[in-house]
Amino acid sequence: MGEPKPNLYSESFHIEGGNFNSAGIVSTSIKSILKKLGIPGDIVRKAAIVSYEAEINVVSYAKKAVVNLTVGPGVVRIEVIDEGQGIPNIDLAMQEGYSTADQRIREMGFGAGMGLCNIKNYSDDFHIESEVGKGTHLKMTIQTP
Amino acid sequence: MKLSEVRDILDAEIIVGEDCLDLEVHTAFGADLMSDVLAFAKAGSLLLTGLTNTQVIRTANVLDIAAIILVRGKKPSSETIALASELKIPILTTKYILFETAGRLYMKGIVGCLSKVENTSGRT
Repeated sequence: MGEPKPNLYSESFHIEGGNFNSAGIVSTSIKSILKKLGIPGDIVRKAAIVSYEAEINVVSYAKKAVVNLTVGPGVVRIEVIDEGQGIPNIDLAMQEGYSTADQRIREMGFGAGMGLCNIKNYSDDFHIESEVGKGTHLKMTIQTP
Repeated sequence: MKLSEVRDILDAEIIVGEDCLDLEVHTAFGADLMSDVLAFAKAGSLLLTGLTNTQVIRTANVLDIAAIILVRGKKPSSETIALASELKIPILTTKYILFETAGRLYMKGIVGCLSKVENTSGRT
């Protein structure tokens, strides 16, 4: 039995809900961290896309969130835990094209009901849990060679 | 083709990236919906769009987009220009509409970063 391998890197970030100008700052940081760690470009891009769509969701629908980035051997994990309104029907929210976005979100070029689908499609493993009135918890795993 | 040739074909103005005119581009993607750009656009492509806010720059950065072409004569905000300069993403603006912009580039050899999606729900 070998010892469990330690994580190569971990960092937490904070996102403020409603701050539309700040959306994308965390994913830009995650991208540059992963690049510096020597993670291949296509994996960095996937991680940046899933964290960016998740950031857009947080600024659009939540009060605040913590993003945990963990890089382990063979894997990049991104966890987004928000405090906010939560999602009443996850199956519906996961349907491409289903959206509750307002005009402000649409003006940014989002809100077409694709965010969670994009997150799922770019993740090798995706989990979502949500409680109405409390918040939403996303866990994304992307494998690295 | 070089970005300088893209500028000439589109009679475009360079807003950010005067020093990037030697950049080579071969593919492009056009949309105003950033989630579609995130779903379909490939690294190293041109992004043709009519959206001018900072999220266009964030989207381009996430995807390693080579350069942004703003269509229909759109001008970016000062925040958008500042972010593009910081992240070193060239922005050009052309008076041609999206259809004309795409057509003119296609005639000169730029192709879509994909030509069709695989199914009707719009997934590759």
